[in-house]
This record gives sequence, C-alpha cells and structure tokens, in this order.
Amino acid sequence: MLIKSRKSWHLTENDVTPEHLYLNRRAIMAAGGAAAVSLTAGACSAEEAQTGAARSGMPADGNLTARETGYLPPDGDLTALDAVTGYNNFYEFGTSKTDPARYADRMTTDPWSIEVTGHAERTGRFGIEDLIDFNALEARIYRLRCVEAWSMVIPWIGVPLGPILESFRPTSDARYVAFETYFDREEMRIGPFPVLDWPYVEGLRMDEAMNPLTLLAVGLYDRVLPNQNGAPIRLVVPWKYGFKSIKSIVRISFVSEQPPTSWNRSAPNEYGFYSNVNPNVDHPRWSQASERVIGAGPFARRDTDMFNGYADEVASMYAGMDLAENY
Amino acid sequence: MAAAQRSPVLRSFAKHCLKPLSLIALLVPGLWLIWLWVQVFTFNPTALGFDPVARTHHFLGDTALRVLIVSLMVTPFRDLTKWAPIIQIRRRIGLAAFFYALLHVTAYLAFDLRGSLPGLWEDVVERIYITLGMAAFVLLIPLAITSNNAMIKRMGALAWRRLHTLVYPIAVLAVFHYGFMVKGVQMGPWIHGAVIALLLGYRAWRGVSNPGSSFRTRLRQVRGA
Repeated sequence: MLIKSRKSWHLTENDVTPEHLYLNRRAIMAAGGAAAVSLTAGACSAEEAQTGAARSGMPADGNLTARETGYLPPDGDLTALDAVTGYNNFYEFGTSKTDPARYADRMTTDPWSIEVTGHAERTGRFGIEDLIDFNALEARIYRLRCVEAWSMVIPWIGVPLGPILESFRPTSDARYVAFETYFDREEMRIGPFPVLDWPYVEGLRMDEAMNPLTLLAVGLYDRVLPNQNGAPIRLVVPWKYGFKSIKSIVRISFVSEQPPTSWNRSAPNEYGFYSNVNPNVDHPRWSQASERVIGAGPFARRDTDMFNGYADEVASMYAGMDLAENY
Repeated sequence: MAAAQRSPVLRSFAKHCLKPLSLIALLVPGLWLIWLWVQVFTFNPTALGFDPVARTHHFLGDTALRVLIVSLMVTPFRDLTKWAPIIQIRRRIGLAAFFYALLHVTAYLAFDLRGSLPGLWEDVVERIYITLGMAAFVLLIPLAITSNNAMIKRMGALAWRRLHTLVYPIAVLAVFHYGFMVKGVQMGPWIHGAVIALLLGYRAWRGVSNPGSSFRTRLRQVRGA
C-alpha cells in the first residue's frame, strides 16, 4: 500500500472547492462544447477566448483532468473565472488590464515548442507533449500576488517544474534557470513606447526552480490556458510576485550566472531578481503590507503574508539572506 | 476684428449657451463615474472592471489632469481664433480640475490609506510620485480659493494673475506624478507631457516674440502708466 505523507498544504480538491466552482465548471463544460464547434468553423468565439482553445499535443477538447492534490491557499475563495481571464498583465498586448483578454488571441500557440539550451546533457527543441505528461497533471490552488498589490486565488493545472528540469540532466555548471517568453511583433501590440525590452525574460535560482511548489502550468479551472494567461505553458512561482511567473515560455536555459530579468533591467531599484512576496519590504512607490483582493467586492483587502503564505515551504532557501537587500 | 466677432449666432451662443454647456461638459466625467459606482452596487458588479478602486484612482487622476490641460488651452484658443468670450469659462475649467483633483486625493485617502494621516505623511515623504502629486494638489488650493470675483477684486488683477501663473508648475508636477506612477516607459505620461510642453512653450514664445502682448504691459496701458 502506498502511504503518502501530506504536508499542510496538501488537501484534496473536494475539501476546498466551493460550490460556485462546481457550478462554474458546468459552465466551462458548456463553453468547451461551444469552443469545439467554433474551432471546426475556424472562428474564435468569446467562450473560447475565455477558456482557451485546444492545441496539438494537448487533449483535443481542451479539457484537462488533474490529480486532486490541491495546495490549499492560506484563506480566501477562488477568484472567479471571468476575473482570472479578464484582468491580466501581459504588456506585449497592451498595458491596460483588459488588453490581454482582448488581443492575446492573435498569438499563435499551435504549433509550440520550447528550446532548451545551456548547461545540460539533453538540450534541443521540445514540443509540449514531449515535456508534459497529460495523464499526470496536478491541480494546485495558489494565491497569485501581483507586485502592484493585488491578489487572486487561482486553480492551476500543471506539473512540478523540478522533475522536468531534471529530465534534461543539468550539469554542475547550471546554477540558474533562465526563461524567455514568445515574442512576435506582428501578433503583439508593441507601440512606439515598448515599456520593456522584449522578449520578456525571467529567471530562478536552481533551488527555487526545483522547489516542489514551482509549477509549470498548462491550464486553469480544468481547461487549457487562455492566451491572456500565458498559453500554452507558463511558470507559476507562488511565493514570488506575479511577474516572476513568466508566461508563454519558448526557451529554457541552464546558466551559471544570475540571468537578466525584464523588470529588474527596466527598474533595478524597484524590482529585484528575487522578488519574493514580502509585506515588510515596500516597493519604492507603494506599500506591500496589504493587497486588494480581486473579485471579492470593491473594497476587499487582506494583509499580505510573508512569502505569500508559503514561508514553511520556501523560507529555508533564503536563510541568512538579507531580504531587504535582496528584494 | 475677426469675422467670428460679428456673427450674431456666435454672439448669442457666447451669451446664453457657453456657460451652461461648459458646466454640463465639466460635470459629465463625475456623473459618469457615479453612474458606474451605482452599477457596481446594484446590477453590474464589474462595471468598473475587476479592480474598481484602482480604476477610480486612474479615472479621477486622468480627468483632473486633462481638465487642467483644457484650462491651459483656453488662452491659446482665444489668441488663435480671436474669440474673446471663451475666456469667461476659463476659471470654471480650472475649478473643475481642482474638484477632480480633490476627489482623486479623497479617494486615495479613503480607499488606500483608510483615512490614516500618518500613512499619508509616510507616503508623501517616501514616494516621489505621491510627493509630486500632493505638491500639485496643495498648490491648486490657493488658485481654487481665489477663483471668484470677490477675491479678484480684493487681490487686484495683477496679483491675482501672478498667483495664477502657479498653474504652469502645477501642470508640470501633475504630469511627473503620472509619469513616476506608471511601470516602465509608457505612452500616457509622454503624450500628456508633450501637450503641456506645447502649451507652456506657446506662452514662452508669446512672451519673447511679442512682449507688448503680455498682461502686465496691457494693464499698464489701460492704467495709463
């Protein structure tokens, strides 16, 4: 008999899923049907834009089945699907929170491949189906804390990043992992003011990347990712500010030096490489002590938790580090 | 004199319609925001998107800055068109900018700081965009207080006019407040900044190229000095 030890955050999905989620799911199933129909017609319906289109290498109907290993967020209801998919930062498609939902469907996400480079024995170009076992998906409910002092609680579907990285057999020179987002000037909306140097790049220290909490997500709310949420494959690093959870990944590089990261390059005094959620270290321009809770009423606020509530799992990685210095 | 001055329709418009129409136009953004909030609490909780407080801050800030810019456009408009009656709505446009800025500051105090004055002081001291925005707002206060006939009489036209040149640094502070608020290099602050630069540049150009046109010179002529 397999005896599995469960951590505090290990709860079955049934224990935590509120009724409105189940009701939501029925709506998603219905939407899934509509999406399948519209796909055959070559159109992109509103439902499809919200729930994500099926892609090659993924289940044809776009529905994902995940093992019930929900990681319980410290508290709070799930953020409704329309907020999760309608309030996004994906600056390649515009700086307004509603721009990604409006324009990200222009992004070509099929076919998709990820180039793996750097200090590893197994490198090259891989399809999503080469990296992700769609029969071994996990459901993880994480709080996403944006550096802009708002948060959501999102039911992701994906696999832990660590075992995938291990499958590339990184060498001892691989001390960091660098990630890069898809970039296409034609499909994206880069105006005369580009905001950042594109493509978007992010990175993690090796131990951060291998932490069991770090997720490579392919879906949310039981469906493949909508484009605005980083389709077809993205990172979710729940104890760090949202911009570390890089979207629409096309490149993974094993590197020996700390890699450049987009927001840090743009404003090094405001966005550090680590960017761990920390209520005690303010952004130079605003407080990080509390956060607005998206979709929970106009004035909903909560106090921000150290490491976004995941201190038990991650604090040891930063033992002895000055977190105000290494923000 | 320009042809505009002779048109009876235009003269009648200036006399009867300009003030009420401008008042309505200046109230529209505020009424629109109220309507959106009514929706949030009744039949449409996402009328202001998924982060209504942030939307409110941006809406009020944008409106205050844009109305302020419009107030700076009145004089160049008069100079270009020679249509003098437009000047009679300049003061109310400036006042409207002040009221939107007041709402902007009030919303920030109420929603973000929960009325905490120590929190306000900390923000003003520590966060450059709050410092700039608050400076712009504080400087608007004397302009708002003196924007009535009684105060103009009491102060005298020259002193009043001199005080109200504060609107130029206020516009600059406001647009820097906006620019330091956004993440990365974005278009919004630059566009607003360019318009303000154009409007202030016009005044500098007018002062240099035609010193006789300045208010002070004309005032001296009127007084026979």
